[in-house]
Amino acid sequence: METDFTPFASLLGGVLIGLSAIVLMAAHGRIAGISGILSRILPPMVDKAGLPQSIIFLIGLLLAAPLWFLLTGAAPVQVVSNNALLLGIAGLLVGFGSVMGNGCTSGHGVCGISRGSARSIAATLTFMATAFVTVFVLRHVVGG
Amino acid sequence: MRILSTLFAGLLFGTGLILSGMANPAKVQNFLDLFGTWDPSLAFVMGGAIMVTAPGFWFVQKRAKPLFHDAFHLPTRTDFDARLIVGAATFGVGWGLGGFCPGPAVTALPLGAIGTLWFVPAMLVGIVVAKYATTSQRKTLAV
Repeated sequence: METDFTPFASLLGGVLIGLSAIVLMAAHGRIAGISGILSRILPPMVDKAGLPQSIIFLIGLLLAAPLWFLLTGAAPVQVVSNNALLLGIAGLLVGFGSVMGNGCTSGHGVCGISRGSARSIAATLTFMATAFVTVFVLRHVVGG
Repeated sequence: MRILSTLFAGLLFGTGLILSGMANPAKVQNFLDLFGTWDPSLAFVMGGAIMVTAPGFWFVQKRAKPLFHDAFHLPTRTDFDARLIVGAATFGVGWGLGGFCPGPAVTALPLGAIGTLWFVPAMLVGIVVAKYATTSQRKTLAV
C-alpha cells in the first residue's frame, strides 16, 4: 500500500523529536531513548533513580495521540497489520533486540548519532540493514 | 518544573512521531521497501532530528550539569561488542516485520489498533527477557 511523500511534515516532526531530546538532556541530563525509558520501568529494576521521570515521560508519550485528536479533530493516520502472530513476533524482537543492543531508533539513531557515538552509528547502520532486508523478504520473497 | 519538563518532552516526542509519520507502520515499511512502494519521507525525520539535536546537545553539555540533577547520565562505552551488533540486528528484523519501533508503538497505543495491542505487550516481554538475560550474565561473571 502506497503512502504519500511528506518531506515537510516529516522534517518538522523530526525537529520536534530533536527538541524533545534537548529538553530531556537540558533538564535531566538523560538520553531520550525510548527502549531505555521503557526498560527502566520494567523488572528487574536496576536504575531506580530514573524510574519516576521515565513514567512521566511515557505518560506524555501516551497523551500525544489524544491531544492530536483534540487539536485537529481527526485521529492520526495509521495502517497497522491485523496479523497477531506477525506483530507479536515483531514486538518480541524489537523489545529483546533494543535492550540487548542498548538502544533503538531514538537512543542510537537520533541521540547517539547526534553525540557522534561510534557505537550508535554502528548500531544504526546494522538495524537499518536488517530492516531493509526484512521488508524485502516480507514483501518480495514471501509475497506481498 | 521537573515533572512538567519531562511531561512536555514526552508530549513533544509523541507529537513529532505522529506528525512525521513514524507512528504509521505502513509509512515505516514503505520507507524500508526500496524496491517496492518506496516512500523516502522518514529519512527527513532522522535528518530533522539530528540537525536539531546535534548542536542542541553540544550547547547543553557546555554547562556543568543539567537543570534538575547533579550530573549528565551519558553512555561512556566506546568499544564494540557482539551484543551491540546482534541486538541491533534483531531489533531491525522486528522493526521491519511490524513497522513499529518502541516510541511509535507506545504513542500509537491509545489509538487501539489490534496489531498495536499485540505488538506492545510482546515488546514489553522482550524487554524483560533481555534484561534478565543480561543481568544473569553479569551475575555469572561476578561469581
